[in-house]
This record gives sequence, C-alpha cells and structure tokens, in this order.
Amino acid sequence: MTTPATLLRGGRIVDPSQNHDAVGDLLLVDGKVEAIGRVGEVRRDGDALETIDCSGLIISPGFVDVHCHLREPGREEVETIASGARAAAAGGFTAVCAMPNTDPVTDNQAAVGFIIRQATRAGAARVYPIGAISIGEQGKTLAEFGEMVSAGAVAVSDDGKPVVSAQLMRTALEYARTFGIPVADHCEEPTLAANGAMNEGIVSARLGLKGIPAEAEEIMAIRDILLARRTGGHIHLCHMSTRGSVELIRWGKERGIHVTAEVCPHHLSLTEEAVEGYDTNAKMNPPLRTADDVAALQEAVKDGTIDLIATDHAPHHYDEKEREFADAPNGIVGLETALAVNLTWLVHGGVMDITTLIERMSCAPARVFRLDGGTLRRGSVADVTVFDPDAEWTVDPERFVSKGRNSPYAGRTLRGRVELTVVDGRVIHRRQH
Amino acid sequence: MPSRQTTVLDARAMDRVLRRMADEIVENNNGTDDLIIVGIQRRGVQLAGRIVRYINDREKVDVPSGALDITLYRDDLQTVGPRPVVGPTDLPWAIDGKHVIIVDDVLYTGRTVRAALDELADFGRPKRIGLAVLIDRGGRELPIQPDVVGKAVEIARGERIDVFVEELDGKDAVVVAATGDA
Amino acid sequence: MSGVGALGKDLLGLEDLSGDQIRLILDTAEPFKEISERAIKKVPTLRGSTIVNLFFEASTRTRVSFEFAEKRLSADTVNVASSGSSVSKGETLVDTARNLEAMRIDMVVIRHGASGAARFLAERIESNVINAGDGTHEHPTQGLLDMLTLRDNFGHLDGLKICICGDVLHSRVARSNIWGLRKMGAEVAVCGPRSLLPNAIGEMGVTVFEHIEDAIQWADALNILRLQLERMQAGYIPSLREYNRVFGVSRERLERAPKDLLILHPGPMNRGVEIDSDVADGPHSVILNQVTNGVAVRMAVLYLLAGGKPELAEAAKGGGR
Repeated sequence: MTTPATLLRGGRIVDPSQNHDAVGDLLLVDGKVEAIGRVGEVRRDGDALETIDCSGLIISPGFVDVHCHLREPGREEVETIASGARAAAAGGFTAVCAMPNTDPVTDNQAAVGFIIRQATRAGAARVYPIGAISIGEQGKTLAEFGEMVSAGAVAVSDDGKPVVSAQLMRTALEYARTFGIPVADHCEEPTLAANGAMNEGIVSARLGLKGIPAEAEEIMAIRDILLARRTGGHIHLCHMSTRGSVELIRWGKERGIHVTAEVCPHHLSLTEEAVEGYDTNAKMNPPLRTADDVAALQEAVKDGTIDLIATDHAPHHYDEKEREFADAPNGIVGLETALAVNLTWLVHGGVMDITTLIERMSCAPARVFRLDGGTLRRGSVADVTVFDPDAEWTVDPERFVSKGRNSPYAGRTLRGRVELTVVDGRVIHRRQH
Repeated sequence: MPSRQTTVLDARAMDRVLRRMADEIVENNNGTDDLIIVGIQRRGVQLAGRIVRYINDREKVDVPSGALDITLYRDDLQTVGPRPVVGPTDLPWAIDGKHVIIVDDVLYTGRTVRAALDELADFGRPKRIGLAVLIDRGGRELPIQPDVVGKAVEIARGERIDVFVEELDGKDAVVVAATGDA
Repeated sequence: MSGVGALGKDLLGLEDLSGDQIRLILDTAEPFKEISERAIKKVPTLRGSTIVNLFFEASTRTRVSFEFAEKRLSADTVNVASSGSSVSKGETLVDTARNLEAMRIDMVVIRHGASGAARFLAERIESNVINAGDGTHEHPTQGLLDMLTLRDNFGHLDGLKICICGDVLHSRVARSNIWGLRKMGAEVAVCGPRSLLPNAIGEMGVTVFEHIEDAIQWADALNILRLQLERMQAGYIPSLREYNRVFGVSRERLERAPKDLLILHPGPMNRGVEIDSDVADGPHSVILNQVTNGVAVRMAVLYLLAGGKPELAEAAKGGGR
C-alpha cells in the first residue's frame, strides 16, 4: 500500500552529504524527501500520513551497491533480478548495479532494457544495469556503450573477467568519456592467476592449493591507472584486495588521475585463514588475503583512498559449492550481511565512525556512479535505510531472501541489522519481528 | 588404594615351581628332542626364558625358544576399545614336526591360548603342541587344558591374580588382590 | 568395524598428527614388518572388514601396497578406479561418498587429484578414511614409511638432517615429509630451483639450499622427488637435461660428501633426471626398503584406525585370558 506521505520519527538521522547527524524526524512526500527536523517539529497537514517510529535507530540515505551479480538472464535457479532486488532490500540497499556477466552477456540495448523491465516488475530495490565493455565479454570488440547507456546502463565492465588487452582498456576509457560513465575493471593478470584457488602464501603452500599472488591484481591496477592518466577517462577498480593496490591507488589520486576504487566487506573482515578445512564458502576472486592486507584496506576505506564499499554478491547453487575446493566456483553472497559485517568490523571494531561508513555505503557509490540517492537533501529521491547499529543476530543462510546460501559468515553472530528500507517513499522491506 | 593382598607364591616358591615345570616338560617329552619353548607376550616370554635356562642347565642342551604376540589374533578386537599395542613376535625356527610348548603366566578363559594356536598354525604344523602355565585360575570359556601347571588357584569374585617377573616388574611374585568391584 | 582409536577416525595428513601419534604408528609398524617375512603372510585381525581403494588417479605401486596391507590383515578389499574430477566425469565426489556409506564400507583409501578431497570425503561418511594422496596436499603413509626407513637406518629421527630434493611445489610427498620429520625433531631442508619451491617456503620451517652440492655437504639423507612431469604446468624449468646437470644426484656429487648419505626416493624414478641409476641401485639406496616398509606402515595404519568400539568393550569386560 502506498501512502503519499511517510514520517520516519525519532531516529538518529545521519546524512554525510549534508554533515547532518541529529535525532529527529524525516518526512517523505510523493517519493521525495520533503523535510528534516527535530522530533515532533516536522508537520504535515492534509493527506494521510504513515508514521513509523524509528527511536533507537539510525536513519540514513539508502545504501547503494555498485557491484552485484543477479544471474538473470541464464542462471535463474541461482538468483533472479526479483530475488536479488528483494535480497538487496533486506540488506538495506535501495539500489544496486547488476554486472553484465549473465547468460547471454548484457552487451546490447535489448539486454539492458530487459534488466530494467524485470527490475521494475520486481518493485524492490532499484536495479541499474552495467553493460559489458566487450561483446560477449570476449575482450575483442567494443560493445555499443551509447545504445546501452540510453537504454539505462550506468557503467561498463567485463567483470568476472579482466580486460586483458591494454589497447582495449585504453579504447574503452576514451570511448566512455562521451557518455560520462565509469569503466569498471576486474583486475587480474590471467597468466599469474591461472588456476589459482586462493591467495598465494603460507596457507596455500600448506593446503596444497595453487595460489594467486597479490601482484596479479596490482599489475592490472597500475596499468589501468596509467591508462586513465593517458586518456583522461574514469577508471573504477573493482573489489580491491591488497595493500599494494591501495598504495597504487593513492599514487594515482595524488597525481589527480580519475581513479576510484571499491572494496568488499569480506576483504575488510576475513583473511586467507578462512579457507582452512577447504571451506568453499571462503573461495572467491580476488581471494581473501592476509591480515596485513585487511588492515591496509580498512585504513584506506577510512581515509577515502578507497571510495566506497560494494558487495560483489555472487550467489551459487549448493551443488556447485559442494565440491573439491579447486573445482568449486568463486563467489559468495553478500547483500544481506554487508551492513552487519561492516558495522561489526569497522565501526564496532573501532576503525571508523558510522558517518564515514554511511558515506562509503551510500553517498560515495551514488556520487561515483552518478546515480540518484546517496543524500537526504530536500527534493532528493526518498531512498532511505533505517537500521539498528547494535542489534545482535546470528547469520543463518537458510533464512536469506536471496536464493544463494554461500556465505562464509554462516553461524557467526554479527552486530547491526536493517529495520526498514524505503525506495521512492515506498517501504520495500520491513524486518519481521 | 591398598587392598587386601595374599602372596600365593613368593620369589623362592616361584623359582621352585618353575624348576619343577621345566622337569615335567622334559619328562612329558621323554627328553629334549624336537622341543621348542614359546612364551606368550608379555610375561609368558620371561617365564619361558627361565624354563629354557633350567632345561639347558639340567640337560646340557640348547633348547630353541621363541616369543609370540597374539594381539592380532585376538577374538575381541572389535570390542576392546582403542587398539592394544602389538608386541614383537620372534619365532625364527621351523616348527613343522616339532613339539611346541606354549608358556603363559595365567590360564583363565583360554582365549589367549586359542589365539596362540591360530597363530602357530600360520607358522607351520607342529607334531604336538603342549601348554605350560604358571597359574591355572579356572573359569574356562573354551575347551582348553594345560599339560603342565605350576599352581592351581581359586579366585573369588571381586579378586584378581597378578604375576610379577623380575625382568619387567622388579620382583618375582604371584599375588591375589581384591579388584574393588565385587 | 570402523571405530575411533588413538588416531581418530581418519588419517588425512601428518600436519594434524602429534609426535606421539606418529611414533605410535612407526612403533606399531615393527611387528607388521615381521609378518611380511613369514611364510603365511596373513593375520586375522581385520577379518570381515570391507575396505574400498578409491583411486581417482592412476597409481599401481601405492594401490598395490595398500592392497597387500589390507589382504595381509584378512580384510576384504574392493578396488574402484575412476578418472577425472567431479566436474568432468559422471558421479560427483559427494555422491560417491553417499554410495559408499550406503554399502556400509568400513574403510576407504582414497587417492584424488584435488587437494582436500580426502577431507571432503571424511567429513561426509562415517567410514574411516585414509588419504593415499590428495592433489599436492599430503601423502601421509608415504611420509610415514620414509620416516620408518630413516629410523631403521639411523636408529632415531630427532636431530637427523634430511634434505628433500626436487619439485617441492607440486609434491604432496614433500609436504608430508616436512610436517612429519619436523614433528619428530629432525632438521629438514629442501633443494631445487626456486620456480619449483613454494613462494612461502621460508615460513615452512625448512632450510633452503640453492645448490645440490651444498645440500649434499649438509645432509644425513636425501629424499629425492620425482620430477613430476604430469603435474607441471609447462615452463617451470627449461629442460630435463638442464635439471639433471644442475640438480641431479649423481655418484660424482655424492662422492664429495663428507659422509655416506642415505638415498630415498618415493618412486617411480626418472632415471637420469633427478637421480642417476648408479645412485638408485647403489649401496646407500634404501629405495626398496621403502617399498617393504610401505606395506608394514599401511598395515599399522589400518590396524590403528579400525579401533574397537569402547562401549562394547565395557560390556565385554568380563572376558579375559
């Protein structure tokens, strides 16, 4: 049921885009932010008003996940745009960007339009398609950026795969400038990383698994940064995982190169030791690295070297993961645990405050990918996340909204939980009590 | 915890008994030809060693001897809990056509002797197998009888009998004690 | 007859075992050596037990060694040979595990190309699982028989200097040896081209010799690994000829050693590559002893893993001698 007006009352409203942090009321009218005020001071006469009590909770601009895999078209048994959009809502995300490594690959305007239509029908979180850089993600021929953007694509990427050809990456960065979209790269040097199953280090040596050295990521990261310098294009580096990468991003930003970067919650909280016992739920690409890398990434998210946090939500079927480690596919789900993981390790862990976290999960993603939202300024879209920063809960993948169950946090008790997710002024998720 | 103990054989008595057993063995065999003395691990081995020494002294011969560990032939391996330690088996003699005397410290249910018989069968076919035990405490669960007995002792419920040998325990004695579970 | 003894339910690797457990296995192997010298090489210990040899990788020598061990303990054995991973051929490892469980198998000996496969199986079935080699992770019975052979010759393991020579990066034998020997107090070194050593070798508690001559000066024994052609992704070394010239263990090199080095090799050998024939067949080679010890060690492992059920032991307490 949609009411034209909703009042979120008595919560701590934290909006980094306006430097606002105070307990108060938030009024949403006709899908837009109408007013913020002190408790009880925001009034609305006339039309029906739905009031939701948010005392003890935090009200923030809706979270935006610029990197997730919704598997539709092609692998609907593992996730659909609808189930993914609902899972996003359950995780407090008001918008997500869907990577194009679907089957068939989202590399043309019809495919982009399909995703938009499916998302609209789902009526949960917004879904913005990311188009492929190359046709079929084959790394040979450029896809039609213009057509895809006019159909609704917000960025291009060949994620799932690296762009191996430096020439192709150069061309993509140049061509994307016309449309003002970022080019997002999955940084992986294929010959160094070939057949690797986890981080290269003492754990991989002990377990007898082929390792992926940190350099496989860093070599491509610096290549992309240099090409961004040459072309003036916007390179966005996906799922950074090493200290070395952080240092290279810093180098690039110091020189005014237009490079932005993201990191995933799992790389901010887990290390390669999670693979002990050959747990395939700890297998993803790029892999979990060392404690030193985790520390560097946490520091980088805090100081903004890494602009934003994205989930790289990658559902897989139970059968696929129930296999010998080397044969299991890479990826874990993340939409429904992202907030709690970030709060537990970063905020409650003392690395950063809530304002910074919200900035990295909402304001920055919207800004970097030029999307609506990320702010509670008057007149902006009414995309809001309400959450309890302290509530403890135990992760049970069987209760996920997502069809995927592959989470390394299963059984762990985390602190922080989404209460309410609002898109366009409409409540799309409310926690069951 | 100190329990009521009775010494059935002290060191000197044990020595006398073993000498008598050695004599009986030679007597039953009408000499020492084809005799092989095999002790069952663990204390049967030490007792066999004594018996062999007495026979050798008396008869001025060198009777072959060996040791048998029957752990791998036990009929209760499934139920006994964690694997018992397997001791060494040392039987370098061909036993076909020989008179083998099995020596053990205590004969009770007879299962150890049955296991020893099975194991000997894997080594060859003796002409005859005899059994010499220091203590027969009765309570047979199989039809097995000793040919030479040191001493027959009645053990009440709630009691146990232990044989100690100098080489392993620092003293020679046979002691009956209460087990504590009546 | 599957149970939990002093080793737990499974033997998956030496990294998880304590020095005492390794010692128990080596000590238990002694009486089993004797059985293999008898005319009738059989004891009834595992009579009625069903053991499946599940070999996903071709291997004659290890499988045959296990088969002898099983048969000498009077167990019933079944060989199942399969090739390929879950992905490429037919039945997944999970389904294989479930089928074995449904057939009430007591013990499974598994060799598989994927590291962690033995553990994967062990976590899903109640039968005892013995790792006969999983990917490049561990080959515990090989490590054990190597240690038994060393102990036979030197009388002890602690303080011994053993150098593992060759492709350590891809070798499960190397890893098992490193973990096992270190637990028993030996000093371990490796020698080979850096492209065939794990990058993190420095953290594995071993000395690294860049040159085989230095290793020979230092060691009491060499464990020479087969240059694993089938496992190498092309390009770790330029050629076999160069490998032999730079790292091959030859009689000339051994003659310059300060003492007589014991020579071990897990087999099969590439004569003229990692080891020259006159060394393999020479007076200090214990390669054939390794094979003999292999059966005894495997019998010991089977014996120890098939521990009895303690709850039945309570009931049977009345019985005795």
